[in-house]
Amino acid sequence: MPTQSFTSCTNCGPITVDVKDGRVMRVRPLVIEDGDLKPWTIKAGGKSYSPPKKVTLAPYVHAERKRLYSEDRIRYPMKRVDFDPNGERNPQNRGKSGYVRISWDEALGIVSREIKRVQGTYGPSALAAMTSSHHNWGLVGYKMSAFSRFFNSIGYTQVFDNPDSWEGWHWGATHTYGFIWRLGMPEPYDMLEDALQHAEMIVFWSNDPDTTRAVYDGSDAAIWRQWLKDKGVAMAVVDPFYNYTAAAMEGKWLAPRPGTDAAVALAIAHVWISEGTYDKNYVADRTIGFDEFKDYVTGKTDGTPKTPAWAEAESGVPARRIAALAREWAKKRTVLSAGCRGGEGGACRAAYATEWARLMVLLQAMQGLGKPGVSIWGASMGAPWNSNIWFPGYGDLEGRIATSKAARKIPENKVPQKLYRLTLPDAILDPPVHWKGVGFCNKNFDQQFIPFSYPMEGCSEVKMFYRYGGSFMSTMNDTSKWVRMYQSPKLEFVVNQDCWWSTETAHADIILPACTSLERDDIGEFGEPGGQTKGGSSGCNYRVVVRLKKAIEPLWESKSDYQIFTELADKLGFKDDYTEGNSAIDWARKFFDLSDLPKYISWEEFDRKGYYVINVPEDYKSTPALRWFAEGRPCDTPDPNNFKRTTEKAHELGTESGKIEFASESLRRLAPDDEERPVSPRYIPSWEGHRSEAVKTYPLQLMSPHPRFTFHTHYDGHTAWLNEVPMHRVQKDGYAWWPARLHPEDATARDIRTGDIVRLFNGRASVLCIAQVTERVRPGVVHSYASAGKYDPLQPGNPNSPDRAGCVAMLTPGRQMSKNVAGMASNSCLIDVEKWVG
Amino acid sequence: MTTFGMVIDVSRCTGCYNCFLACRDEHAGNDHRPVTAPQPDSGHRWIDVQEHERGKFPRVRVDYVPLPCQQCQEAPCLSRAPQGALYRRADGIVVIDPEKAKGHPEIVLSCPYRAIYWNPVENVAQKCTFCAHLLDNGAKETRCVEACPTEALVFGDLDDPASKIAQLVKRAEELHPEFGVKPSVHYFGLPKRFVSGELAFADRMDEAAANVRVSLHNDAKVQEATTDAYGDFAFEGLEAGASYVLRVAVSGYRPHEVAVGTRNDVDLGTIVLERA
Repeated sequence: MPTQSFTSCTNCGPITVDVKDGRVMRVRPLVIEDGDLKPWTIKAGGKSYSPPKKVTLAPYVHAERKRLYSEDRIRYPMKRVDFDPNGERNPQNRGKSGYVRISWDEALGIVSREIKRVQGTYGPSALAAMTSSHHNWGLVGYKMSAFSRFFNSIGYTQVFDNPDSWEGWHWGATHTYGFIWRLGMPEPYDMLEDALQHAEMIVFWSNDPDTTRAVYDGSDAAIWRQWLKDKGVAMAVVDPFYNYTAAAMEGKWLAPRPGTDAAVALAIAHVWISEGTYDKNYVADRTIGFDEFKDYVTGKTDGTPKTPAWAEAESGVPARRIAALAREWAKKRTVLSAGCRGGEGGACRAAYATEWARLMVLLQAMQGLGKPGVSIWGASMGAPWNSNIWFPGYGDLEGRIATSKAARKIPENKVPQKLYRLTLPDAILDPPVHWKGVGFCNKNFDQQFIPFSYPMEGCSEVKMFYRYGGSFMSTMNDTSKWVRMYQSPKLEFVVNQDCWWSTETAHADIILPACTSLERDDIGEFGEPGGQTKGGSSGCNYRVVVRLKKAIEPLWESKSDYQIFTELADKLGFKDDYTEGNSAIDWARKFFDLSDLPKYISWEEFDRKGYYVINVPEDYKSTPALRWFAEGRPCDTPDPNNFKRTTEKAHELGTESGKIEFASESLRRLAPDDEERPVSPRYIPSWEGHRSEAVKTYPLQLMSPHPRFTFHTHYDGHTAWLNEVPMHRVQKDGYAWWPARLHPEDATARDIRTGDIVRLFNGRASVLCIAQVTERVRPGVVHSYASAGKYDPLQPGNPNSPDRAGCVAMLTPGRQMSKNVAGMASNSCLIDVEKWVG
Repeated sequence: MTTFGMVIDVSRCTGCYNCFLACRDEHAGNDHRPVTAPQPDSGHRWIDVQEHERGKFPRVRVDYVPLPCQQCQEAPCLSRAPQGALYRRADGIVVIDPEKAKGHPEIVLSCPYRAIYWNPVENVAQKCTFCAHLLDNGAKETRCVEACPTEALVFGDLDDPASKIAQLVKRAEELHPEFGVKPSVHYFGLPKRFVSGELAFADRMDEAAANVRVSLHNDAKVQEATTDAYGDFAFEGLEAGASYVLRVAVSGYRPHEVAVGTRNDVDLGTIVLERA
């Protein structure tokens, strides 16, 4: 049989899938016909810059075939051997006991009867359901689509996500420059052109776009950073780890102790204030509250001038190097590539990280944020981008079958009770729990302060947990408590639906095998989430809308998520309302019809070709991010969710004053006495850092940023080829270990050598890793990525057991960032390390 | 005539491993005879990515050197293999015949670059083929080159004077010229030895010692460098295994002199100049 090719799109790039004899034999970057790609050109410094005529993928997508046929695929519906829905349920054995294969009919029978029983007995709120982040691509199958349509229909206790990739920006930076609609991320428009034309220096501050790849954008932006390097733009890197962007850019490296970045930032402000090297006119016209900030920086408020020498004592970075960075920054037009969208660095996930994120904005405000070459830009999004053609992303209400007008009826979740991801285990184990904020607060400042309690009055505690995917052992905090939660008898029934055996899968009573996006039909745009990351596809060199085609039949007995929910809805008697008679392709076509694409290509042609490239028009006019604000003009960027954009306040930022706020009006109104997120930002030593009491017992600081060779947990663990990438996992004695990097000083003191199996430990957990002794981390710091895709306790089912798969999140504190900020603080974590002798 | 070759720019390689993984996808479990039998599902690195970490905190450098078969014009593997087991195609690609080369593990050891691997299942030595099976079907480039996001890998016809690679190769170098095997793979930016460090003044430690001249001496010549805004200096492109003396002379401060050898890269840490 000849090879057949199918188009598809993954979380990190569009692909062509070659199938021979019913088997996928090749997965490569989407093959696009010559002439369909019309590269844009940016002129800068007498040169022209255009991207290569191709799309690129993130590394792990090249291993998609291996992941598809992985040994770790869930092949059949499964039941825990000692779970009897009509007798002993043995919840204490979750995580311990094995599974037996059952039929789909039996599995869905049990699940649907349990939904009816639990909701009938305790009320609809007794059912909680939640997904993991970004399990696979496509508007029909995406978690907010098929999943939400099902659960909204029957009613359930929703679990709010925390903004885990950009916490400090969400809870902090919003109060400084707005962008609530982007959850604190700045708009990215045309920042590549701006950097190429104007930047003289880029400061990568806790920002590693070469690792995180703007999340979804393949590897498209990597070449932009090469252009900037080739151009001779100076590069500096502030990070306790000499990260991969630093390695590629050969940056000047300043390595503060984790949690002290705010001190370094304040010292930079101190240099500028004492030497008068800041943009006084901009500060006067475009900001408020500078005097209050200045009094704190100079020490008038508290008697401590925030000099470089003061910051050296906190951060360990020599004062002379902090001052040198400050002077270079003031002298050169500088892009601040702080760990925001695209870089997702760890400094924003730490105790009091609100203060660091706010200071990042304020530093650039002192240099004229929005003026040519003076931006906050992740060095990833912001290519020339055609905003005239609309296609929905999963973050848009129109991009989900749960909420889109593509559906005749939109089911509403009638259960008012909520849970919060970070405190879900505490809520089950030890209620009540309380927190503030709706998780993703993208409408107004007040949302961050809405108080929640679980259980909610008039609602039931949760008795049934429907888990979709399952990654939290290695992505949330202090995660042994997830095992304890699963073993609680309060959870009478647990379902897990996923493509692979993930970190939490084996804690369920019934397991349902879902198929991957290569085994089902869908539609989606490369790199475009929409919603709060509108314009995400400007991190790609081309906008490409892709028809995700079913390349092979679902493997083993797996089914598409949409099919599983359809069959469950059938058992519960609302199949027709759920599907409205639509197949997955019908829904895909409805999204196509809703979008602007029919003006440019017919469905038939799109379906035949499998993609449509939205090129940048020849008369493209750039509208650089925040230039309008710097110049006092109404906003002219294509940022549709900016709620002031088309009003008489269009020249304002999204803050309460409309200006950049050195002293925040929203915090003055909503939390004027909060000393942990004060009206004007401060440096506050971490509650788990180098000045904590615990440092005597656990002298090393663990940093666990987003990973390089897996997308969250979605590729690691069940994609064996990745185990041969030595920065990702290292094979020893037949096991693929997760690396932990430590400085030679710390290694020598513990008699640890590269390749030794080591135990990372503190009072919360023990995790076994393989040591990599390296000059790339500062002394006193251990670097090990979050997001291991496996959880492999030495004693299965024992929450206190050491894990050997690399779930370092078990070590991180469950405490929230600060008193009123319900963000996670993974990078405020003290540990020690020792050689593991078994 | 066509001679396929590759130019690899190490300074553009970010160590993303796209090339390695694309190669694995193309070959693992896929039979591309007569060019090659399937690559095993693990263990082979037909294009390896070798990481070189150099220097010391906080003056560290990391380079990645991608290493495929160098498709040598005078490939040692060709002469050491039994008749017909290996051959060089008219387009310059060196092929290990998946049938005729069976049972000859010594082929693996013949490669000075260590770019040949043993496949115990197929009982044959294997290596990068420049995706000859794809080129033969009209492909313009190999899977690894297609996957490279930064144009660190450039593929093409060395004999075509109009090709990009023909231009590039004029300025490129060989990975191990001492092997004398005329590879068709050439490099830019291969790591060279450096000597680096930071200067600081003992009486004003909080100020960077910027714009200070530092010199590096050996019998042959004197090289000079100036510290940057942070007080850092670096001498680049030094020969391996040479001996030097580094000198700093600043008026008002005691002169500083230190002997350095470039068996490895050297970072001297912070040199603190005392008042004279």
